[in-house]
Amino acid sequence: MGETALKTNGVNFAKASSAALQDQQLRGNFRRAMDGLMSKRAVQFADTAEWNGVRALGTSVRLRALSKLPELLEKLEANCTRNGIQVHWASTTDEANAIVLSIMQRVNAKLVVKGKSMVSEEMHLNAFLEKHGIESLESDLGEYIVQLDEAMPSHIIMPAIHMNTKQIAHLFKQKIKEAEYTEDVAQLTDLARRVLRKKFATADVGISGVNMAVAETGTLCLVENEGNGRMSTTVPPVHIAVMGLEKVVEKLEDVPPVISLLTRSATAQPITTYVNMISSPRKEGEKDGPNEIHLVILDNGRSGIYADEELRNTLRCIRCGACMNHCPVYTKVGGHAYQAPYPGPIGSILMPQVEGLEKRGELPHACTMCNACVEICPVKIPIVEIMGRLRSEAVHPGDAVKGAGSHASKAEAMVWKGWSMTYASPLAYQFATALLAKLGNAAPTSLPLLKEWTNVRSKPRFATRTLHALAREKGIPDV
Amino acid sequence: MTHDGTISRPESVYFFGTCLVDLFYPEAGMAGMELLKAQGIRVVFPQGQSCCGQPAYNSGYREEALKVARAQLDYFPGDWPIVVPSGSCAGMMKKHWPDLFKGEPDEARACQVASRVWELTQFLVQVLNVTFEDQGPPVKITWHASCHAQREMGVTDEPKALLRQLANVELVELQREKECCGFGGTFAVRHPEISAAMVGDKVADIENTGAKAVVSGDCGCLMNISGALEGGKKPVRGVHIAQFLKERTHG
Repeated sequence: MGETALKTNGVNFAKASSAALQDQQLRGNFRRAMDGLMSKRAVQFADTAEWNGVRALGTSVRLRALSKLPELLEKLEANCTRNGIQVHWASTTDEANAIVLSIMQRVNAKLVVKGKSMVSEEMHLNAFLEKHGIESLESDLGEYIVQLDEAMPSHIIMPAIHMNTKQIAHLFKQKIKEAEYTEDVAQLTDLARRVLRKKFATADVGISGVNMAVAETGTLCLVENEGNGRMSTTVPPVHIAVMGLEKVVEKLEDVPPVISLLTRSATAQPITTYVNMISSPRKEGEKDGPNEIHLVILDNGRSGIYADEELRNTLRCIRCGACMNHCPVYTKVGGHAYQAPYPGPIGSILMPQVEGLEKRGELPHACTMCNACVEICPVKIPIVEIMGRLRSEAVHPGDAVKGAGSHASKAEAMVWKGWSMTYASPLAYQFATALLAKLGNAAPTSLPLLKEWTNVRSKPRFATRTLHALAREKGIPDV
Repeated sequence: MTHDGTISRPESVYFFGTCLVDLFYPEAGMAGMELLKAQGIRVVFPQGQSCCGQPAYNSGYREEALKVARAQLDYFPGDWPIVVPSGSCAGMMKKHWPDLFKGEPDEARACQVASRVWELTQFLVQVLNVTFEDQGPPVKITWHASCHAQREMGVTDEPKALLRQLANVELVELQREKECCGFGGTFAVRHPEISAAMVGDKVADIENTGAKAVVSGDCGCLMNISGALEGGKKPVRGVHIAQFLKERTHG
């Protein structure tokens, strides 16, 4: 409420979303895309009993993994190391970037190809590498488009979902030398493929994300549809995988239900075209695969989130993006309005915890609490409950979340205090409501809040008599 | 109450009117009580009641929400069901009160009260198994499902089943029936432009049905949708389901 709470440090969701709302093309792109994704997902989970079953199974896998996270991470490190995968720990994105850079510098890398990785977005790795004279090329088609456009992903699964074919056709014509203008999707894809193929062959290092890391076997799982993930992780002599520390699961048998939930929720596919299970670098006598594999495990605030029993549920996330597809706010404003690597509902609870409420305290309010995300979340994250918790943390000083209390406003606190005193006392409440019934309609629409409300709506009309008064008049018993 | 949450027909019920109905839609509240009375149920409206606490709870002021929620407990001492003409307020009581009161000395009492909460149409269908005879002229309507009724109270088919009992009422479903209207409590004034875009889509969806009225079970949604219909000078009326049912069946 009011201006105070809307103040932010550099990141302004309200302003960015306002601009997005004016862009009819953008709104159309998102509406069409999200409608399609929702209906396709619904087909995948048409059997309610099966959905309930696999959802319960996937949720229990994630809960079990989180319940013994420290132990599983140690096990993962031990088993990866045994397999020849070198494990690095990074408590901040700066540390993670430095680790990646030191590996690159050791092998004198000039060109990196990247499979899709949200953690690398969180690290702003491309910009970092560029600053150090290393070319970092996105090889996922959507990420490639976004990189050509010098933009940010607008969705965690479909980074270029904000663009339509025409816009991509223009972009390719403008940015790729050999491109001829075409709106034919197959030709556009083919063009990107030709550009990328050459790069795969010459890249010094491949970087990828990790969908799941299996503690008991030391296996990195990576799902993808374009083969670019496999190319990035097998063709260059060095593979660096980056993952958030919550991505670990206990056993190999935990993988199938989570993949099934992930791919069906994300892209409505029973399984992706490629499922990569990476267990070691190239062994003697093997004909392909990288000589070195590095796993960078990033904390970046996650252990703080883990420490709080309620907030910990944020870390269940398997990054399917279904919450965005079903979010009526995200659908309206698109991913860029959030100005964050993770937009939509999961971003609105994750970003404030990772970067602090001071900077991201507005995001938990980018939500009508409609629960559409909660209804479809494949691992049952209580997103809206966490949203409410973060709203509370933002206005009350405390230790649980970085920047707690940074949005506290004396005026707002007084309003709620006054409200609670009035509403908790029958006498005060009936006096106040009777007064509003008499005088409320005289309030001018220029008043704050009423002004915002009446922008597109008529003024709400106070009834001349309250329900309390009517009930008394009609003789409805009180006890 | 039986194990599975269903109950047999009670002699008396409490009616929790909600603060929004109290101030803006008292006729919907009265209609709700009259529908219950018409079924031979004694309806008690405790005059001490005010609000479930949701506005403060969703704004991050849990202590203030608790204070207001706690003040309600005294007024529902009997073991009767508490019927609420709003899925959102019912959801706050039934689903969130147990969290809100967690660790408080009156936690058990709050949970006991919460367990007796029913959304109005849910109660009419599941407990009273009502049948209505339509007395009104032919009309085409549509139904807006409130987010919290659907997703917190699990009320999806009950209101539509009631509307479909009315012989002269043609119910045309919205293309995006389950999509939020953009009210979201303080969201509507914190993010007025996004809220306006959302209710704009809802209004367009309603217009596409050709309905003369949009019926809903939650006054928050109704205030938003009717306000936008009026603001845009659309010839569609927004009406609470209790009031609509009463109009159709009692003349």
